[in-house]
Amino acid sequence: MGEPGELAADEHVRYIVTAEKKKDSFESLVMEHLRLSGAYWGLTTLDLLHKLQAVDAREVVDWIMSCYHPESGGFAGNVGHDPHVLYTLSAVQVLCLFDRLDVLDVDKIADYVAGLQKEDGSFAGDIWGEVDTRFSYISICTLSLLHRLHKINVEKAVEYIVSCKNLDGGFGAMPGGESHAGQIFCCVGALAITGSLHHVDRDLLGWWLCERQCRDGGLNGRPEKLADVCYSWWVLSSLIMIDRVHWIDKEKLAKFILNCQDKENGGISDRPDNAVDIYHTYFGVAGLSLMEYPGVKPMDPAYALPLDVVNRIFLRKQQ
Amino acid sequence: MHGQPRRPAKPEDDAAAAAKAAKLRDLQVQVLQNHHSRTYTEEALGLSFKLLEINPEAYTAWNYRKLALQHNLRELTDPEAIKSSVDDELRVVEIALRQNPKSYGAWYHRKWLLNQKLTPVDFKREFGLLDKLLKVDARNFHGWNYRRFLAKFMGVPEEEELKYTMDKICDNFSNYSAWHNRSILLSNLLTQQRKGFESKQKICSEEFELVTQALFTDPSDQSGWFYHLWLLAQTSSPENPQLISSWPCNGAKLSLSLVGKKDDLNTVSSSLKEGIVPIVLYFNEPVKGLSPSTVKLNSDLVIGNNIQWRPLSITDSGHSNCWATYLEITNKECSSSQQFSVEVSIPCSDDIVSRSGSHCNCPVHFMFTIELGNNDDKARNIDLFHDPISWNGSESVQSHGNPSSVPFDHLNITDALVQEESKWHLEALSEQIDLFRELPDENSKFAKLTLARLSLACAAIKSRGNSPIERKGYCEEALGFFSDLIYLDPSHKRYYEDERSSVQMDQLTCNMATFMEHCSDQVQSNLSPLNHVQLCRLALTRIGYPERLLWVQMLDLSHNNLRSVEGLEALQQLVCLNISNNQISGFTSLEPLTKIISLKVLDLSCNEIGAHSIDTARYICLSPFSHKVEPCDAFEECRKKNINVEEFWDAILFFKSVNLVQLDVKGNAVANKDTFRTVVMTLSPSLKFLDGTCVH
Ligand SMILES: [Zn+2]
Repeated sequence: MGEPGELAADEHVRYIVTAEKKKDSFESLVMEHLRLSGAYWGLTTLDLLHKLQAVDAREVVDWIMSCYHPESGGFAGNVGHDPHVLYTLSAVQVLCLFDRLDVLDVDKIADYVAGLQKEDGSFAGDIWGEVDTRFSYISICTLSLLHRLHKINVEKAVEYIVSCKNLDGGFGAMPGGESHAGQIFCCVGALAITGSLHHVDRDLLGWWLCERQCRDGGLNGRPEKLADVCYSWWVLSSLIMIDRVHWIDKEKLAKFILNCQDKENGGISDRPDNAVDIYHTYFGVAGLSLMEYPGVKPMDPAYALPLDVVNRIFLRKQQ
Repeated sequence: MHGQPRRPAKPEDDAAAAAKAAKLRDLQVQVLQNHHSRTYTEEALGLSFKLLEINPEAYTAWNYRKLALQHNLRELTDPEAIKSSVDDELRVVEIALRQNPKSYGAWYHRKWLLNQKLTPVDFKREFGLLDKLLKVDARNFHGWNYRRFLAKFMGVPEEEELKYTMDKICDNFSNYSAWHNRSILLSNLLTQQRKGFESKQKICSEEFELVTQALFTDPSDQSGWFYHLWLLAQTSSPENPQLISSWPCNGAKLSLSLVGKKDDLNTVSSSLKEGIVPIVLYFNEPVKGLSPSTVKLNSDLVIGNNIQWRPLSITDSGHSNCWATYLEITNKECSSSQQFSVEVSIPCSDDIVSRSGSHCNCPVHFMFTIELGNNDDKARNIDLFHDPISWNGSESVQSHGNPSSVPFDHLNITDALVQEESKWHLEALSEQIDLFRELPDENSKFAKLTLARLSLACAAIKSRGNSPIERKGYCEEALGFFSDLIYLDPSHKRYYEDERSSVQMDQLTCNMATFMEHCSDQVQSNLSPLNHVQLCRLALTRIGYPERLLWVQMLDLSHNNLRSVEGLEALQQLVCLNISNNQISGFTSLEPLTKIISLKVLDLSCNEIGAHSIDTARYICLSPFSHKVEPCDAFEECRKKNINVEEFWDAILFFKSVNLVQLDVKGNAVANKDTFRTVVMTLSPSLKFLDGTCVH
C-alpha cells in the first residue's frame, strides 16, 4: 500500500460515466436487476463531486419513468422487472437530485408504499411479503420525501422498529435479529425521520458503532469482521444521527477510504487493492462527505442525499 | 462486489467471460419473457432455475417461481405431486444458497414456502441445512434469522435453543451471533420467569462465569466483552424508578420578586417571569405518566387548575428523566408580604413507569413556601437588565463565598433506599473487579474499560450520603482507567473523554466540600443575588448530573470542551449561562436551552458555530426533517427580510424559541455573516446587548 494521497475525483467521475455504458460485462449483468439503485449510487456520487451536469437529466428521468409500474405505483429495478420498494426509493431519490418530483403521480406511489405496511407496523418489500427493517426505512424515507408520511401509521411503524432493538443498543432485520451496521442505519434513519430518536440509547449504540473502527482505520459492520468501505457510510451516518461521530478517528478512516481508490481508472473498492464497483465508489465518497472532506458536497445522514437537496425539499416555501 | 482482487483483464479470459455473459443475458431475457407471458411450463421453470443458480439475486425470477407454483398447484390434488413441486422449490433454494449463502431472495423463498403450509415440514432437513451453513460461516445472520424463524414456526422451547447457543459458543468463543442469540433468549426466559429462570441473581452469576471463561481464553475478542457489558447492565441498573432530586427542594423558601437585594439570605428569588414558579422533578431513569393524578399538589395559593406535567428531555417523548410544571400564581396582588406553602406528594403509583415497565414504588412528599412581596409599582418598573451582566468584572460581583440559600442537605430529597439486592449487586461487582485485575494481558483495552464500568457501577450503588469516601475511591479508580485508555486506544479518545467528563461532574458535585469551591452568590446591579456556579477550565466535554444543579441561576461553563449542553434543560432557574470558549458547533445542539423559560443572558462567544458543513445534532433536535416542526411564521418573517431559510433554519428555530436580553456570539464563524445578525435582530425583540453593544 502506497500513500493514499488525495481523492481522485476526476477519475471517479470518469469511471461512473463510462461504467454506465459497459452494460454487457458479466458483472453488470449480475447487477442488471438493480440498475435503478446503481443509477442512484452513481448519480449521487456525481452530485457530491459537483458533476451532476455530466449526464443528460432528461434522458435519466425518461429512463427512470420506464421502470415505473403505473398499475401498482411502484418502480422496478430495471425495465421488465417487478416493482419493489427498494427501487421505488431509488427512483424518488434520483428525481430529488434533479428536482423533478413533478413527473410523479405522488399519491399513487405513496399509496403503493403505504399499502405495504402490516398490522404490526412493519413493512413488506413488495406483494410477496418479505418483512425487514430495511423496508421500514425505505418506506418511511420515500413517503417523507414525497411529503406523504401521514399515509401510514407512524406510531406503529416506530413501535415495530423499536421491537427490533437489541441489548447491545443496535438493531436487527426483525425482532431477535443480530445487530448489523446496515440494519442500524435503517432503523436509526427511520427513527430520525420520524423524530423518534429518543428510543435509541445513544451512548450504548454509539460505543458499539465506534468499536466498528478496526486497526487499519476502516469500519466493519459487525464485531470481529473485516473493515469494508461501504460501512463508512452505514456506521458514520448512524453515528452522526445520534451525535456520537466524534468517537471515531476520522483521519484514519479517510486514509482507509482513499487507500481503496483505483487512482488510475477511477472507482473505489471494498478493501485496498480489490476490484472497484459503483456501490463502493458511492459509499466511499459519501463517507468522505460525512467527514467534511474538501471539495465534496455535504450529505444528509438520514435521507442519503446531498444536504442542499434535502434542505430544498423540506424548507422551500410550499406553494 | 466483495473480496474480488483488482486486476487488469487478461485477453485470454475475454472470450470465456463473453460466453459466460452471453449465456446469462440469454437466460435473463427468456425468464422475463416467460414471466410476462405467464408461461409456467416445466421447460420455462427450468430456465429460471438455471438463472437463479448463476444469479440468486435476480429477484424477479423468484417472484416468477412463486407465481408458477401457485399456478401449477391449482391443477394438482395428489399429495405426492404437491410434495414433489414443493421439493423442487426447496432444492432451488439450496442450490442458490450454495452460490450465495447470503441471498435475501433465496432465504425468503424458503420462508414463504414454509408459510404456505402445503406439505408437512421436514424439520430434520431444515435444521440439517442450517447446521451445514452455520458450520461454514457461524456468523451468517441470514442463517441465524432463519433458525429463529424455524424455532418459532415449530414451537421449539427457548430452553432448547439456549442449549444450542451454548454448543456454538463452546465450539468457538468468538461467535458474536451466538452470544447475541443467547442474550435474546435469556432475557425472554427471565421476563417470563420460566422454570429454572426465576432467580435473576443465579442466572447472572452463571453467565458471568461463562463469559469470564471466554474472556480469559481470548481477551482481544470483542464478542464476549459486549455480552459482559449486557450482563453488567442487568446487574447494576435500577430496579425501580425513583425521584432523586427536585426544584424547589424540601423546605425551600422562594421569593417571587427579583428586584433589589434580599434581606433574608435563606430565600431564593424565583423565576424572572413574574408569577410563574416552575416545579422540576428529576428521576434516576426516564419515566412517563406524570399528571395531576399521579403528582398531588396542595397549596393555599391559587395556582391555576390546569396543571400539566411536561417532559424536558431533548425530544418530546413519553419518557424523560426530568419533568416540569409551571405554577401560575394568580393571587399575587397582596398588600403586604405573605407566605404560602406548596406541598408535593407522589404516592406509590402504577402509572409512573420506566421504559422497562417497572413503576415508582417509593412514595415521596415534600413542601416549600413561596413569599409574595408587596408589589408596588416602583419595583415593577425597574429595568432588571439596565447594565450588561458581567461574568468576570470584579466590581459588580460581590461573592458571598458561601451560597447560603442552597440547602445542600436536600439536594437528594429521597435517600436512595438501600435495597436488598444492592448488597448482592455490590458483591457480584466486586468479585468481577478482583477477577479482571488478574487478567494477564494487562493492556487489554476491553479489560480496562470493563474495570472502569464496574467501578462506576459500584460507585452508583454507594449512593451519596451513605459512603461518600468509598464512592470517591471508585470514581477515582474509574478516572485512572479512562486516562490509561486515552493513551492506549487513541482512536476512541473522545469516547473516553466523554465518559471521564461525566465522572468528573460527579466528583465535582457529589461532595459538599468540593462543590462549595465552585459556588457563590453573585450580585448584579438591579437583580437580587443569583446562585452562581463556576465550572471553568475543567476540560469537560459534556454535562453530567444535572439533577444536582437544579437550583443554579448563573452558570459559568466557559473554557471547557463542551460539544453539547444536553442536561441543562433541567435547570429551570437558570438566568445567565456562559458557554464561551467551548466546542459547540451549531444552534441545533443548543436546543435544550430553548426549554429554559428564565434564560436571559447567554454567552456563546468563541465556539465553532457555523464552522462545519455536517451538523451532528441535525436529527437530535426538532426540525422539519424529522417532522417535528411545521414550517413556521418565523421562516416567513425571515423570508420577507431576504434571509435564506435553507441556510439559517437552525438559527431561526433557536432564536424564535428563546427570549434573550443579552447575547455574545463573537468568535464563531456564523457571527461574521451580516444575514445572521439580521436573523437575531428580527427574532429577538427583547435583546438589549449583542456582543457588548447596546442594540435596543
Ligand atoms: Zn462492502
